Amino acid sequence: MSADAAKALTFEFLSSLSAGYMMDITQNYFEFLALPVTYQLDLQSLSERNRELQKTLHPDRFAHLSDRERRLSVQYTAYLNEAVSTLKSPLTRAQYLLKMEGIDTFSETQVQLEPMFLMQQMELREGLESVREASDPDAVLLALQATVDGEMKALRSQFDGFYQQSTPTSLDAAAVCVRKMQFIDKLGREIEALEDQLFDE
Amino acid sequence: MAYSEQVIDHYENPRNVGKMNDSDDNVGTGMVGAPACGDVMRLQIKVSDEGIIEDAKFKTYGCGSAIASSSLVTEWVKGMSLDEAQELKNTTIAEELALPPVKIHCSVLAEDAIKAAVADYKDKRAKK
Repeated sequence: MSADAAKALTFEFLSSLSAGYMMDITQNYFEFLALPVTYQLDLQSLSERNRELQKTLHPDRFAHLSDRERRLSVQYTAYLNEAVSTLKSPLTRAQYLLKMEGIDTFSETQVQLEPMFLMQQMELREGLESVREASDPDAVLLALQATVDGEMKALRSQFDGFYQQSTPTSLDAAAVCVRKMQFIDKLGREIEALEDQLFDE
Repeated sequence: MAYSEQVIDHYENPRNVGKMNDSDDNVGTGMVGAPACGDVMRLQIKVSDEGIIEDAKFKTYGCGSAIASSSLVTEWVKGMSLDEAQELKNTTIAEELALPPVKIHCSVLAEDAIKAAVADYKDKRAKK
């Protein structure tokens, strides 16, 4: 599948849907958006494809059609939004690629992590917690943000390497990268939240 | 989501927050994490020569249920033998705190943490 799926998703196609035919939203997000299955996704292509498809699916174009067709356009739009937001974030994009390989990191709760990594996460959180008492909170926040950015960048490149090797062992290693990314991502969001709080005060 | 009174109590007045010296021979440290929510938990125990847990400390970065679960565990394990502590079940924690199904994994994390702390202590001893 390639550009065909994109072509298939035209107004004519949608409006010609007849009763009994269910729209195919079982395509994976990459197919759905006619983008190559890769971690190094071109974000500009992603947003271009999104714009085109949003236009095709715009409710105004379905206003004169039946309830069923309008409902389908809404369903398609929801799937499109889900696809775009999943592929846009480096973390969820990595998780999605792994899921396509049969490794679900979205909902797992029972996993072993390296004690050293957890120790480091603990220290970073403690660092964030002490920001308020620091003489220069902004400087501490900036330093933490730099650590988060650096870690994330390293994990992304590690993930991509393992993912491309595509062996069972390397995919497991890619999953470990994803798990680490989840902690770094959470820390990043907490830094942002604290920044907002400090800014508001 | 509505937290139970027990969770709120532990969240607002967490028991035994703190850190012990990890290099002490009689201290065992358990570090666990839940990637899905980015929670990290450290649970430490101080063990007497008779194998009884004399003191316990924790530090948790996570939601109210994760904090409450680890706080409760530190209260419970004080005075327990290592074997008793290792048998602590997440279901008992979840029941005591009236955790809703979506928060059960927080009690699992606390169970893993105490198990890891006991294992770490035993490991240290075995190496002596």
